[in-house]
Amino acid sequence: MALLDIRNVSRRFGDLKALDDVSLSIEAGEFFTLVGPSGCGKTTLLRIIAGFDDPDGGDLLLDGQSLAGMPPEKRPVHTVFQSYALFPHLTVAQNVAFPLQMAGKSESEIRSRVKETLELVHLTDKARQFPHELSGGQRQRVALARSLINNPRLLLLDEPLAALDARLRVQIQGELIALQREVGITFVFVTHSQEEALALSHRIAVMNEGRIVQIGAPEQIYSSPKNRFVADFIGTINLLSVDVREATSDHLRLHAAGLGEITSVPASGVAAGQRGAFALRPEQVNVVAPGDFQELDNHFHGTVRDHLYLGDVTLYKIALDNGVVLEALLTNSLPGCVRFLERGDPVGVGWRREAGVFLHD
Amino acid sequence: MTEKRRHQVSQRDAPTRWLVSLPPTLFLLVFFLAPALLMIGASFQQPGDFGGLAPAWQNGQLNLSLETYHFFFGDWIYAEIFFRSFLVAAATTLICLLLAYPLALAIAGSARRHRHLLVLLVILPFASNFLIRVYAWIILLGPADLLYTPFAVIAGMVYVHLPFMVLPLYTNLDRHDLALLEAAQDLGAGTWTRFRRITLPLSLPGIWAGSALVFIPVLGMFAIPELLGGTRDILVGNLIKEQFLDNRDWPLGSTLSIVLTAAVLLLAALSALVGRPRRSAP
Repeated sequence: MALLDIRNVSRRFGDLKALDDVSLSIEAGEFFTLVGPSGCGKTTLLRIIAGFDDPDGGDLLLDGQSLAGMPPEKRPVHTVFQSYALFPHLTVAQNVAFPLQMAGKSESEIRSRVKETLELVHLTDKARQFPHELSGGQRQRVALARSLINNPRLLLLDEPLAALDARLRVQIQGELIALQREVGITFVFVTHSQEEALALSHRIAVMNEGRIVQIGAPEQIYSSPKNRFVADFIGTINLLSVDVREATSDHLRLHAAGLGEITSVPASGVAAGQRGAFALRPEQVNVVAPGDFQELDNHFHGTVRDHLYLGDVTLYKIALDNGVVLEALLTNSLPGCVRFLERGDPVGVGWRREAGVFLHD
Repeated sequence: MTEKRRHQVSQRDAPTRWLVSLPPTLFLLVFFLAPALLMIGASFQQPGDFGGLAPAWQNGQLNLSLETYHFFFGDWIYAEIFFRSFLVAAATTLICLLLAYPLALAIAGSARRHRHLLVLLVILPFASNFLIRVYAWIILLGPADLLYTPFAVIAGMVYVHLPFMVLPLYTNLDRHDLALLEAAQDLGAGTWTRFRRITLPLSLPGIWAGSALVFIPVLGMFAIPELLGGTRDILVGNLIKEQFLDNRDWPLGSTLSIVLTAAVLLLAALSALVGRPRRSAP
């Protein structure tokens, strides 16, 4: 049995369908992420799980028990708010002790649990300080400690890293993964950042316009996006408009207008005559000397239009003969071998048939 | 970080700040500090034969004494009036707080577009004259046989001072971050606990401000007890007014004023000590 079962949940705000028949199961111990652009319904879903909002239709089951009509204070579900919402008049220790006091624990138990939990988030020396005396990263850890201390069945995190600077964000991501593994509590994480979703999660649900578009492991979502929206939202991707010329058990033969044929691996449910897009990640595109295509099943001629040097990698924009621009990502791992391609250089681009996926419209 | 930035700005703008604050500083020096000092001097002087003050220097010697202070501390009646005044002020403050808190909470919790109107309604009584409003209470209380009683005095005091409690409370409550209440609820706090643990402690500065704005003026108020109270409901304010206008004993009036001011300052200092937020965990 799943820990949390979301069944056909819908929520409208006036004419807007914030959630449209959403069903989802979250397993115990999972780090589950809801990702999508702003307004996709992910925060609404989180508030419904926490109990701050009620669905217009559908039901939520936690451990098989319906949560309908149960107020937030009664749910064994805690939230880490985007603003952290630390109590400004209470010290770090008093903030962290709050949920235990609400649960009516004894003074001695509260004292020892607060000590343990502050150790867990490395804030023992800040116990007597007030939130305004802490840095952003420390406040974030207090918020985590406060939400974790009485072992909720489910921890909801509402864009908790949004307020931190980039460096700290990466550091806290690492801490979050370690923390979740250590405490074993199920995390439901909401973010609009696909990088965070990929880096943190066991499973990801990609949401758009109130619906769940695709659910899967990060590598699944990244390598086999279900449609144009997911392909475009998660990572960067090249999309070529194609129609299917031939679909056999051995291969797919696609035709890109003005460009030519593309050979790809077979995919279920694809038939000749379908129209769609061929999606190819920039790191799957090889850039070679013109004509030197080796074993690349698909290859085209092009010209370097632009390059973006990022230190570890360089992103090249290569204009193909029909005007389509492909992005190719090359690692700069061997300094001696890197020959920077200049704007206007003629190059060959190609990829193996295993690379890329066909997404039909 | 915000504080640091504010500090930098103030450094650069120091001359401007001095220029801007000079007129109010001068005003306070001339019209507040100087009279206060004159009054301290007057409390040591003798009453003049036809009112006012006898000269401080007379027949080649200083004509100053502690006589009025002896007089004041030597008569229980003054202590009793002071005590009664503090009691009335405390009761008025408490009743105002109990009435104003739910009102301020309701205004702060109402739809944003209604708030200005509701605040306007709170201060609307100021649009008509204070004395006329107190006279209205005479008409209200007369038929009910409550006029000239302590009840009438406190009712009038509460009525007049209520807005001074509502406004600072509303200003404070309006600024509360609603996410804190959601967080408390999320962590298991019910309605009453949320109020007790979050809203109430965070509104303490508003409570102190409102209480000071009610307590101090009530303590010196003489018009309301004079109009609504009986002969036995005389307060410090009436006593002081009597010394200056009726008995022509300026030195005693000054002494009473000084003792009253000292008592209020002492109380303010005490409340600042008690009301200061705790800086460390128990």
